[in-house]
Amino acid sequence: MTARRWLGGIDRALLAAMACIVVLLVGGALYDANFLSADYLLQQLQVASFLGIVATGVMLVVLLGHIDLSIPWVVTIGGMMSTAAAGHDGPVGSLAIPFAIACGLGIGVVNGIGVAYLRVPSMIFTLATNAIAQGLMVVHTSGFAPQDHATPAMHFLAVERSILGIPNAVWVWAVIGAATVMVLRRTSFGRRIYAIGNSERAVFLSRGNVRRVVLACFALSGACSAFAGVLLAGYSTKAYQAMGDPYLLPAIAAVVLGGTSILGGRGGYLGTVAGVVLVTLLQSILSIVQMPEAGRQVIYGSVIIIMLLIYGRGTKVVS
Amino acid sequence: MSGAPSPRAQDARYWLSSNRGPLLAAALFVAMFGVFVTEHPAGLSANVVNTAANKGVLLAFVAIAQTLPVLTSGLDLSVGSVFVMANCLASTLIVGTPLQVALGVAIVLASGLLCGVLNGLVVVYGRLQPIIATLATGAIYYGIALWLRPAPGGEVNEDFADFMTGSVGGGIPFSIVVLIGTIVVVWIPYRRSVLGRAAYAVGSSEQAAYMSGVPVARAKLVTYVLAGLFAAIAGLMLTCLTYSGEANALLGGSYTLSSIAAVVVGGTSLYGGSGGAIGTIFGAFVLRTIGDLLFVFDIDPLSQPLFLGIVLLVAVSLGSFRLLKVKKRLDLYR
Repeated sequence: MTARRWLGGIDRALLAAMACIVVLLVGGALYDANFLSADYLLQQLQVASFLGIVATGVMLVVLLGHIDLSIPWVVTIGGMMSTAAAGHDGPVGSLAIPFAIACGLGIGVVNGIGVAYLRVPSMIFTLATNAIAQGLMVVHTSGFAPQDHATPAMHFLAVERSILGIPNAVWVWAVIGAATVMVLRRTSFGRRIYAIGNSERAVFLSRGNVRRVVLACFALSGACSAFAGVLLAGYSTKAYQAMGDPYLLPAIAAVVLGGTSILGGRGGYLGTVAGVVLVTLLQSILSIVQMPEAGRQVIYGSVIIIMLLIYGRGTKVVS
Repeated sequence: MSGAPSPRAQDARYWLSSNRGPLLAAALFVAMFGVFVTEHPAGLSANVVNTAANKGVLLAFVAIAQTLPVLTSGLDLSVGSVFVMANCLASTLIVGTPLQVALGVAIVLASGLLCGVLNGLVVVYGRLQPIIATLATGAIYYGIALWLRPAPGGEVNEDFADFMTGSVGGGIPFSIVVLIGTIVVVWIPYRRSVLGRAAYAVGSSEQAAYMSGVPVARAKLVTYVLAGLFAAIAGLMLTCLTYSGEANALLGGSYTLSSIAAVVVGGTSLYGGSGGAIGTIFGAFVLRTIGDLLFVFDIDPLSQPLFLGIVLLVAVSLGSFRLLKVKKRLDLYR
């Protein structure tokens, strides 16, 4: 761990993301003094934790050099399956959260099989499973908003503040994040994820099981998205069609802005955390200044492009 | 002449094997459309064909837009947004006298080109990954669409719209004429030009292309510019079909995703370097005909999205049969 390694590569992106966060905080505070109040910031963190959990799964897949476009409807599946299970009495109702996560895991496993074993490009395969997930949910709800509601456990995880006044959702994200860092840094599975992102062939030749790692990452991505859907349903006490749609672009943007290479093999979890906070703050500032939706989209897109131009550029010489 | 195939037969076999994807898509389309018209209560009437053509051509143009960057192993996730933006712009500009209509059409197409130029500059000279860069520019174009038309509405010169979506010469849909015209005037000359060949070369191996002095940057730039143009043409056609404009994010998103599916079904490799617009057209028609088939077979509308998804999943998984031919397991990995 030389100083050079800390300053170069990943950490320059992290520093840039941190700087952007500070700029956003200062800008927000200049516009409205309440912006820096502890209550408002904690609320932002709570909103960020949903995106953070989705981004965790996205990051695992992006590190492999793949992408998961089934996020939107897997999030929705998480929300709808948990509220549907909550509608039942007895043991089924109390297992709402694990049941919903298992559904997301299932879609993730299908993604993994398609990408790892059938070798279909991840972009097109996850696109197809997204369409299937959507189809399943349209059949499940008959196209209407389901009349179910969240369980107390979901409400507890998503809304309440049990320890130190910090929202439980943030604690959940912290636990998932810590586990992810441990896996990425301290296990052979985690190191293989990076290795596959750099060269699948090299991993195969050094007797690593490429396919099983890819399958596991897609399964985890599905589980993360579904879990985020569970929390979202707990937060708004209902699940609705297309509730996951606003999560795909921000999740990918957060991962990439945090310095993870979209080609795979490079990036740290701390960067993703910074990226998630950055995207959430940007969204919240745009809504505070009461920018109409049109301007919000333009600024959102432009800011992502500009930030990437500053520190997310590829290498120049073709080599 | 003893046993060895003649050069002409060899050429034919080579042509067949290099065009397997497009030919399969075309055959699939003909078969599916055949079933569709025999099952349709009205049969092969001009009306049925015209409706099917208009829907198919819309997706075909967006999918051709997607094909071009994909050939260079890039991607354009903003095609749906450019499509929607052109729709909103057209619903404002294409009114009044024929001269004003012509000017409006020109402006709409120019706006598509401009979006394409921005995408190309960001991807080529900004050196950003196409996926994330076009996802972000797509948000910008959608924002512009929303600014142009905060609520659905607007109008379009009805004579122009009816002409674009009607049929000519006793039953040939004019939209098909526009599609073929665009292929002849834009795609074929492009495919044969230096930049067109360069796009394929870049998709096959960017390094080799660069080393051979292929204009890599210009070739990539032009694919994104043309993608913007084709997406704008599709937006124009949509306006003629609906007589109005709407900044519909869901519509844009679904067209972007369907365009990728159409590209793959039409035999263009997502890794770049092979395929083309002709296959993509049939890919788009196949996807549209699936929806029509579900309709004539009276499938419950609620389960139609599920069927579409399953068909899409099966279609993209069929390519995995090539794995059976891989002899060395190392070749499975990049």
